[in-house]
Amino acid sequence: MLAHRLTGDSLHVFRGERHVLRGLSFAVTTGEYLEVTGGNGAGKTSLLRTIVGLVHAESGKVEWNGRSIHAEASAFHAQLSYLGHESPLKGDLTPTENLRFAVGIRRSIGSREIAEALAEVAASGFADRPVRTLSAGQRRRVALAGVLLAAAPLWVLDEPATHLDAAGQALVGRLVERQLAAGGIVVAAVHAPLPVAEAGTRRLGLSSK
Amino acid sequence: MSDAWQAAKLVIERDLRLAFRNRGQLLHPLLFFAIVTTLFPLALSPEPSRLRDVAPAVLWVGALLSSLLAIEFLFREDAQDGTLEQYALSGRSLTWLLFAKTVSHWLLAGLPLALMSPVAAYGLAVSPDAMPGIIGSVALGTIALSLLGAVSAGLTIGIKRGGALLSLLTLPLAVPLLIFGAQATARAIEGGNMAAPMYFLGAFAVLGITLAPLAAAAAVRISME
Repeated sequence: MLAHRLTGDSLHVFRGERHVLRGLSFAVTTGEYLEVTGGNGAGKTSLLRTIVGLVHAESGKVEWNGRSIHAEASAFHAQLSYLGHESPLKGDLTPTENLRFAVGIRRSIGSREIAEALAEVAASGFADRPVRTLSAGQRRRVALAGVLLAAAPLWVLDEPATHLDAAGQALVGRLVERQLAAGGIVVAAVHAPLPVAEAGTRRLGLSSK
Repeated sequence: MSDAWQAAKLVIERDLRLAFRNRGQLLHPLLFFAIVTTLFPLALSPEPSRLRDVAPAVLWVGALLSSLLAIEFLFREDAQDGTLEQYALSGRSLTWLLFAKTVSHWLLAGLPLALMSPVAAYGLAVSPDAMPGIIGSVALGTIALSLLGAVSAGLTIGIKRGGALLSLLTLPLAVPLLIFGAQATARAIEGGNMAAPMYFLGAFAVLGITLAPLAAAAAVRISME
């Protein structure tokens, strides 16, 4: 099994005039879960967007397996599955169609695989209804199925359990644990801790000043 | 390479399917074009020779303005729901995926406009012989216009109510297209040789295909940050 490593080295990030991250460093390796906590506006989303490369750090660098993520961006992105706080779904398409298009852009995918992933997140019951008729929690489940299907070693999740019921929270915990057991890395920004085993969990608390 | 083609095909298929599930958005620019071109004969005198003289100008200004309406929707929804971020992080070239999006946009906005222009031209007392030339010039001109619009749309996605800014960015750059497009249409109506203005429109389209997707990808990346 290939070992992976994600590191951030003294990251400074500005959002407009605000100095959000001030010299933040972290390191996670295969099988580890980095839980990012902090109040509203503490910079959780900015950190995640910096890790995936959507936001450029003013100074400092993020490295994946020892190489800067901007050096070979598409190779890095092929190993990354990012879920923002909006679920990237089209209201006029069904969950099955949404996943076929979203995941199909990354790799070729069959309809059986999609059905299995939807069953895994307990979304089979509404797999063929337009997404605009689904509740926010149901959409989140579909978006999580998309994260699973990307089959990437690195997951970066922005509040994955938002809108989810108790069963959904447990589901996110299970999915994260399985990803870790498979040798993956998970970075998640959360308000309430995810139900993930303590071993392998690292915590990063951000405070807003 | 075949993977990249597959990705582009999926982007186009997704956009077409979404457009057909939400047809109103597709029809608005076309209706706008139809109304603008029918207002002119009402405002001017309904004298066929005079209408024929202004037909190229009316058709092209109408086409330009209705394209602007359509371009506003090119990236807006994808930017709001996070689809563009997913494109940028898909491991595929964002330039290539945005090019595919622009192709589907032309199929949904430029091509219908080209196919509708003979109807509008007929209302302006243009003879049926000129129709193939009119369709050709509008089709070629809207290719370049869609690509140009993709760059401006990429720059304005971060801005709420960016419609006015989008017009200010796009219209000045679209002036050469207007000049050569109207010239091509005028020659088609006179029955003259359309080659020169058509070559220019073709050159703009090729230039757009080469450079616009790169610029649009850079613009989208900046707007997402």
